[in-house]
Amino acid sequence: MTELLVGTRKGLFVLEGKPGAGFEVKARAFAGEPVEYAMRDPRTGRLLASVTSPLYGPKVWYADHPSSEWQQAGGVGLPENGDVALERIWVIVTGEDDAVLYAGGDPGVLFESRDAGATWALNRALWEHPTRPAWEAGGGGLCLHSIVTWPGDPDRLALAISAAGVWLTEDGGEQWRQGNVGLIPRYVPEEARAGATNMCVHRLHRAPRRPERMFMQFHGGVYRSDDAGEAWTDIGEGLPSDFGFPLVVDPADPDSAYVIPLASDEDRVPPGGRLRVYETRDAGASWIERGDGLPQGAYLTILRQAFDRSGEGSALELYFGATSGDVFGSGDAGASWFTAATRLPPVYSVRASELGEAAGEEPLLRR
Amino acid sequence: MALVRLRGPLKRLAADCSDHVIEAGSVGELLRGLELAQPAVGGWILDERGLIRQHINVFVNGERARENTSVGPDDRIEVIPAISGG
Repeated sequence: MTELLVGTRKGLFVLEGKPGAGFEVKARAFAGEPVEYAMRDPRTGRLLASVTSPLYGPKVWYADHPSSEWQQAGGVGLPENGDVALERIWVIVTGEDDAVLYAGGDPGVLFESRDAGATWALNRALWEHPTRPAWEAGGGGLCLHSIVTWPGDPDRLALAISAAGVWLTEDGGEQWRQGNVGLIPRYVPEEARAGATNMCVHRLHRAPRRPERMFMQFHGGVYRSDDAGEAWTDIGEGLPSDFGFPLVVDPADPDSAYVIPLASDEDRVPPGGRLRVYETRDAGASWIERGDGLPQGAYLTILRQAFDRSGEGSALELYFGATSGDVFGSGDAGASWFTAATRLPPVYSVRASELGEAAGEEPLLRR
Repeated sequence: MALVRLRGPLKRLAADCSDHVIEAGSVGELLRGLELAQPAVGGWILDERGLIRQHINVFVNGERARENTSVGPDDRIEVIPAISGG
């Protein structure tokens, strides 16, 4: 049984099901509110959700069950009486230490929780980084959307900010440095690219079995790093378009990555309306089209947090949602696809987890 | 002291009480005083900068007000979410 937490423009939808047996909506929370991101901590079973009310501003909530009373997390805000307010939380991920979680948000900020998400503290080193005044926001804001831990080493993190690039730490966030070598911002005139820092990273993931390897979907370009994010190599050749937002890796295979190409910056739908996922199993040397079962004439957009996986290797399941309100899934690592849900509100995020055999049992052991 | 009236989720956050009596000289001071008296309201009306959130309307005796609008002891303040589209 797989659980999908689907954050939408009009609330959180909790779907449960199995590939081949269908999915159904089991619960809904934050009805009417934009839920940008929701995840379940596999260590505790706790649910966390980022909700940005257009009236009351961004909040993080947590609950042990989607239908129980959600509690507002404390400390999710910027220093008081400054010039800047928190706009949105884009992502929440588990850390390597027990009960540690990280959250990233706009304007390019990182929060850390040491009590399983009940309270949070701003990472001051990134907030006060001397280069911050030069950071440029992307179209979606100055969003810190990717937080990538290093298996077994809580001090090593990689972040990605649109459009302030990749940031690396080896001391638990006391010091940060950029990791943008090799990235080519085609949206910057060629003569101005040297030294450019406005790197519009769309999504970043690490291969957990070979943690120095990372994959990136860029704003025009798909990249791989083999040195923990210091330098990047373009691996987009062979894709119908190297523009897109989300990216997923199979944890079992350090050479694997999945992307969902969109036509271009100006036309953010699948090229020609052919909705396809592309898979590499050779670290980007070649790409395989995966679309059996996906609709055609599909002029929809898949946002950066709306693609996820559960399981790995031969048990890899893939799920993605679209702004059309459709959610698609694959139970065989992308070889074939089915529609898990349709006519939901526009999908902002999808997070998948393996549940116990019976729905509603205490979750969850694995992602 | 001025009377501030809350509705909807703001009322629920403020101990499910709509009317609160706060001593303040300005709307900003009054809303900060409300946050002190009702900590769960913190961050819902004012943002970190101390500014009234964009889609929250505050009225003093029926007149639209901002953070620096003066408040007197007999004034009545309404905090009303804006009508939003989409």
